[in-house]
Amino acid sequence: MTEVLDKLQVLLQMDFVIRIIIVGILIAFCSSLLGVTLVLKRFSFIGDGLSHVAFGAMCIAMVLKFTNNNLLILPITVIAAVLMLKTGQNAKINGDAAIAMISVGSLAVGYLLLNMFPTSSNVSTDVCTTLFGSTSILTLSDFDVKLCIVMSIVVVAFYVFFYNKIFAITFDENFAKATGVRAGVYNVSMAVIIAIIIVLAMNLVGSLLVSALIIFPALSAMRIFKNFKAVVVCSAIFGVVCAVIGLFIAMIFDPPVGSTIVAVDLVGFLIFSAIGFITGRSRA
Amino acid sequence: MSLIKCENVSLGYEGKAVVENLNFEVNEGDYLCIVGENGSGKSTLMKTLLGLKNPMSGKISTGDGLKHNEIGYLPQQTVVQKDFPASVKEIVLSGFLNHSGLRPFYNKEEKQIAKDNMDKLGISDLAKHCYRDLSGGQQQRVLLARALCATRKMLLLDEPVAGLDPKVTIEMYELIKGLNDEGITVIMISHDIHAALKYATKILHVSDKSEFYESKEAFCSSEKGKLFATNDGGEK
Repeated sequence: MTEVLDKLQVLLQMDFVIRIIIVGILIAFCSSLLGVTLVLKRFSFIGDGLSHVAFGAMCIAMVLKFTNNNLLILPITVIAAVLMLKTGQNAKINGDAAIAMISVGSLAVGYLLLNMFPTSSNVSTDVCTTLFGSTSILTLSDFDVKLCIVMSIVVVAFYVFFYNKIFAITFDENFAKATGVRAGVYNVSMAVIIAIIIVLAMNLVGSLLVSALIIFPALSAMRIFKNFKAVVVCSAIFGVVCAVIGLFIAMIFDPPVGSTIVAVDLVGFLIFSAIGFITGRSRA
Repeated sequence: MSLIKCENVSLGYEGKAVVENLNFEVNEGDYLCIVGENGSGKSTLMKTLLGLKNPMSGKISTGDGLKHNEIGYLPQQTVVQKDFPASVKEIVLSGFLNHSGLRPFYNKEEKQIAKDNMDKLGISDLAKHCYRDLSGGQQQRVLLARALCATRKMLLLDEPVAGLDPKVTIEMYELIKGLNDEGITVIMISHDIHAALKYATKILHVSDKSEFYESKEAFCSSEKGKLFATNDGGEK
């Protein structure tokens, strides 16, 4: 035990560790906040689809040797997010099939491109880190950290200021529209923010596991809490706590960061489900 | 001056008209029941009245100081709502959105009105309960309370008794009747011709040849009315 504490102490004195923790907390916080709305609106699959699009975009950026990959990934993902939300609303096109198509499509294209124009000698390691994000978090630049902080402030401000509108649109879009809320505008802004969060979160857990950060906290909070505000707050706390625990486990025992965080999320979800089951039964 | 006036309105999807040449008007204190077969365009008409859709042609005008966003709307329940974690109070308060503009929070007055509306509909003791744990009838009351928060003049109800058992159905109708007696104009979509005949003051039958009746008596003596009456299996 003392060994672990010693190691922790050494780690916490390192600059990049502090950075990772800050970025991890912010990303987990934002994604769990937005996750509540996404899950409730039945949009969870959009998060998943977007992360694959982001992977494809990242491969393109790598092949084209961009100095900062985010400059290409962000716009592509934002556009994809807006398109996906639009098709999701359109009854004529089968929304989820379209999204599945886009996401596997971009996965395949991304992998193909990387293989055809290899940027380093070891393509499979490159792919593995983009998919499961193990090393990219260790090389966070100052720019990444700042971007993360700014985005988190934007997300929180958006959420607090429009909290009641977000609630109304999530609960009943038609009623919200009928009472003069411009639901379309909110949906698009939501899509843009989600896309940005996903791109940022890819650094943390990699593109395959991103949607875990979005979905697990919301689902876990819903096991226990029965009003929207409590669910949102609990979800945010759950996301942050799991991310921090996961990060520390990963740093001390050296498993891959992304999968550790997601595994902690999964354990948290199971605990919350159990609590929800027990309290639900005692009340009934 | 009427609250809502429809002149030669045609409705439809993707360039195909479902309802044509619709003419009717709703005055203050009216109880209009919109009846018609499945797919005849009732819900489309409702969405058009709410301003969610544009009519293909014709004109819908609101008058007497009624604005589009001052109509209290009771929509049909959606799948999303069935397991939505929200307290009754949160949902009722969300009816005030049309007044709040860019203001991010609800004020004291709104909270008080919300409370009064919950009292009126007998759901104040449920205020902290979770919406998904309520019975169908209670859920409808919650949504009705929310609609009341959005309006003081007019309610639009889209099949308010769908899925409710007979006892709760009658309670719901009586509740709506009570609101109408207090001076709130009611427009209701319903399959239930009995209820329409019992409570409504005006009836609009929507079909490819829509007809508007200024009174129940006019409807009953019309051919369509007779058709409905005979279809009731001799209950009348």
